[in-house]
Amino acid sequence: MQRILLFLYKIRAFLLFVLLEVIAIWMIASNNSQQGAAIFNSSNQFIGSMLGAQNDVVEYFSLSSVNKSLVDKNAELLTELEKLKQPVDSVFIELDSLLSSTFQFKGAKVINNSLRLTQNHLTINKGSNHGIKQGMGVFNEEGVVGRVKSVSNNYASIISLLHTELLISSKIKSNDVFGSTKWDGNNPKMAKLLYVPRHVVVIVGDKVVTSGYNAVFPEGIPIGTVVEIKPGPETNYLDITIELATDFSKISYVYLVENFQQLELDSLYQSTGLNYE
Amino acid sequence: MSSSRILSLVGGGILYFLFQVMILKNLVLFGSAFCFLYMLFILLLPVQIKTIPTLLISFFLGLGVDLFYDTMGIHTAALLAIGFIRYRWLQVLVPTGGYDDDLQPSMLNMGFGWFLSYSLPLILIHHTLFFYIESLGTDLFMSSVQKIIASAIFVFIMSIIVQLLLYRRRRGI
Repeated sequence: MQRILLFLYKIRAFLLFVLLEVIAIWMIASNNSQQGAAIFNSSNQFIGSMLGAQNDVVEYFSLSSVNKSLVDKNAELLTELEKLKQPVDSVFIELDSLLSSTFQFKGAKVINNSLRLTQNHLTINKGSNHGIKQGMGVFNEEGVVGRVKSVSNNYASIISLLHTELLISSKIKSNDVFGSTKWDGNNPKMAKLLYVPRHVVVIVGDKVVTSGYNAVFPEGIPIGTVVEIKPGPETNYLDITIELATDFSKISYVYLVENFQQLELDSLYQSTGLNYE
Repeated sequence: MSSSRILSLVGGGILYFLFQVMILKNLVLFGSAFCFLYMLFILLLPVQIKTIPTLLISFFLGLGVDLFYDTMGIHTAALLAIGFIRYRWLQVLVPTGGYDDDLQPSMLNMGFGWFLSYSLPLILIHHTLFFYIESLGTDLFMSSVQKIIASAIFVFIMSIIVQLLLYRRRRGI
């Protein structure tokens, strides 16, 4: 018995090493599920405030480009508003309110971002106090950014579209064919459009937008443009490469979208055994 | 070890950590050369610090860096491996006459050739582990090899620059 104890004492460094490695691997594994515990990432209160302080300094360098993109977005919205304005000589008929108020939008500032790893995340400066919830869709004026992973009181961490396990339900705008956008981990400007059948005619330059099927994003938010089409290694599907609309190296402000009917839709999908991811 | 020495070590560790998560985190050269300079702190711990304290320091340093990188556990796992190997590796590379007490195994104290053979294998092990775990579940390990080599070279060059600028012979920061 004493010998065993002596032996264990002799290899105590190794045992400690194994113990700590097991803790580290447990953390890696538990973080890989898409909804991680909130204390274990950058949405934590303390870390969020430190990242926020750093961002307060750095954001001045990107102010002019942020301003420019906001002005562009404003111009786009103004054009849209002009189209919706009622001409004086027409009658306004209100549509069913159920149709109009499905989505609500919120704005937030990005305080932390990565794009060179294979599983990238962002952190924003709004949390549950501002009505941010797990699973909300995130986009900016250029296109889709990601989904909210976990939320603390004042901060939230987001799974970037540049994350090899995030699928975004999407469609090709010109012919309404559905697929899933997934990043392949190589180039932060490119992604793959999966599950498009071979018989579909796709042209280089086709726009890819969100489909609105999985109730996270409203329909029609840009994702990217088709740049390459190949017959894929799987016999049934095309291998389509798209250039992402969002420039992830320059994200500074994002919009979050909440679907009021998501719970209802999810439970419906679940009870019928469907899954639109 | 005197208490002022311990204080300067702790201060150095905090400086390395802050420098890493506030500044170097946003620095990635050519899309593949990352700068994980925080591991230099583990490399430059005084030689008489044994494996168990090194492991504990590595664990908490790695954990802190992980929190900011949103790569929960990956930096910790890689850095722990370095912490475990370091003391043995120092014993392998022991020069004739042994180490002086309270010696910092830096380039200024030990010479460029010794530091190269000491640090480069450890840097490579750390980076290989980090990028391997990071790319698990994808088929991207080959593109990670490029990242491993580019980052290792970058970190090695940075560590030489930092030592030349901020370290003195025979003493810490």
